[in-house]
Amino acid sequence: MLDAEDWLALRLTAQLATLSTVLLLLLGTPIAWWLARTGSRLKGPVAAIVALPLVLPPTVIGFYLLMLMGPHGPVGQLTQSLGWGLLPFTFWGLVVGSVLHSFPFVVQPIQQAFEAMGQRPLEVAATLRASPWDRFVSVALPLARPGFLTASVLGFAHTVGEFGVVLMIGGNIPGATRVLSVALYGHVEAMDYGKANWLAAGMVAFGFAVMLILYLLNGQTARTTSQAGGARV
Amino acid sequence: MSEVQAAIKLSYSGFSLDVDLRLPGSGVSVLLGPSGCGKTTVLRALAGLVRAQGRVALHGDVWQDDALRERPFVPTHQRAIGYVFQEASLFPHLSVQGNLDYGRKRIPLSQQRVSLDEAVGLLGIAHLLDRRPDRLSGGERQRVAIARALLTSPSLLLMDEPLSALDAARKAEVLPYLEALNRQARMPVVYVTHALDEAARLADHLVLMEAGRVLASGPATQLFARLDLPLSQLDEAAAVLDAVVVQHDPAYGQSQLEVAGLPLWVGLTQAQPGQRVRARILARDVSVTLSRASDSSIVNILPATIESLRDDGPDTVTLGLRLSGAGADQVGCTILARVTRRSRDTLQLFEGQSVHAQIKGAALMG
Repeated sequence: MLDAEDWLALRLTAQLATLSTVLLLLLGTPIAWWLARTGSRLKGPVAAIVALPLVLPPTVIGFYLLMLMGPHGPVGQLTQSLGWGLLPFTFWGLVVGSVLHSFPFVVQPIQQAFEAMGQRPLEVAATLRASPWDRFVSVALPLARPGFLTASVLGFAHTVGEFGVVLMIGGNIPGATRVLSVALYGHVEAMDYGKANWLAAGMVAFGFAVMLILYLLNGQTARTTSQAGGARV
Repeated sequence: MSEVQAAIKLSYSGFSLDVDLRLPGSGVSVLLGPSGCGKTTVLRALAGLVRAQGRVALHGDVWQDDALRERPFVPTHQRAIGYVFQEASLFPHLSVQGNLDYGRKRIPLSQQRVSLDEAVGLLGIAHLLDRRPDRLSGGERQRVAIARALLTSPSLLLMDEPLSALDAARKAEVLPYLEALNRQARMPVVYVTHALDEAARLADHLVLMEAGRVLASGPATQLFARLDLPLSQLDEAAAVLDAVVVQHDPAYGQSQLEVAGLPLWVGLTQAQPGQRVRARILARDVSVTLSRASDSSIVNILPATIESLRDDGPDTVTLGLRLSGAGADQVGCTILARVTRRSRDTLQLFEGQSVHAQIKGAALMG
């Protein structure tokens, strides 16, 4: 069964994933909106940078974050001068790493949802006297709901499943940076396969539940919107 | 008279638009032209959905004027317009009621001149209020979209081919609502279409467009009968007349109208005596005689003057005939006749000649 340290890791993981998901949605939405609407030449490069974590080994991201946030890196010097100390090997360092690493998983579904709705609903809203911000809140956000749902679930789950970045910049400090995936690794290192199995099986169950809920919810939305049929909104 | 002004230029790859339009401040103005002629772009520029160069104004309210230093362009949401798109474009996340309320709630109470009951009644959608848009037929959706636009109490109603996404049956379902709306509308309507029959039925003022330019702009009844415009060259060229119902003769299944002070018999109509209706007379259904035939089976024989002649080709000639009724100095009393060139030469028809127009068929529209 799980021991106290495992429960600590579980709680820490939940905290990290929740906080990261909230930050990802806050940061990812404006970027997804911009990517979906812009005709700028910068769209390609920005989209490529956002997608980079998909192709890079997590250890590469972790390594550069370690360098940047370390005592000699520019970010590290900034955080020190602000009196926040250094981020590596802290919970907040993990948050930064998770947000960066999970960025494309959140931006892309939202961007696709914004692109799929097209310009028309926003034009309609404008002719019905809605200001740009009003249009975004009252039309774009509700219509992009399936995208936000997918983004939240993927962002959360991807953060839970992260290992490489965490190990590089977080290490293995109980209560601060030892998340589930690291705890699992620790059990295996210690040849404690029983405990490792509890954690691993729990994560498999969690992953399955998440994907099942996602498919059920999005399937429902897809059905109701496809019934709008003929006239595209 | 107050008016709608759109003097705009726009060009992008392979297309240029250059129009200087002044439309009446009341009634329905129809922009008619083939796809790609720029009519929708004019409408979008009026709405501020596209930014062309130039000036757009309504009743002296300037919505765009590039010459102004202050506020040269009023954004769409600050223009007092209603816009009906080609596809109904209802918000799928809101019920019919929610869609109707969307615009209504965004204008100050003091500016609400169209009540919910009024719009719902006019478009016949009272039984649909609780439905989701995906549970409506195409015609119902478009009616809700029109009501939604009306509920912002616009000073100008813009309609972009509102019927073109509908099949013939749905079109016939929505058209009467449009006509009712136009009869009661307290705001000018600009209506874009490529369908001749819609223009003939709805237009008070007509603008013919082609390749980004305006070919002609004027009272619809006049433009349909002008021989120098392409409308009169069509096979189904027809004059459009505004008439008043005088009386019914149910025994013979006919109704009598009055056009330019002259009687015109048509098939029995539901319209009440005194009501204004619109009749359409195809050029190929009209022939001329020099003296009034007293032994013809044709009921409608009206005195007229040949206003203009045009050779259509080796075989046919189209005539513009001005009806010589009491009100013949008013606009829109010209009908078209298509005759053979042989007849023209045999009868020696010429401009200014008095003739009798034999009208084989006149159809009421709507």
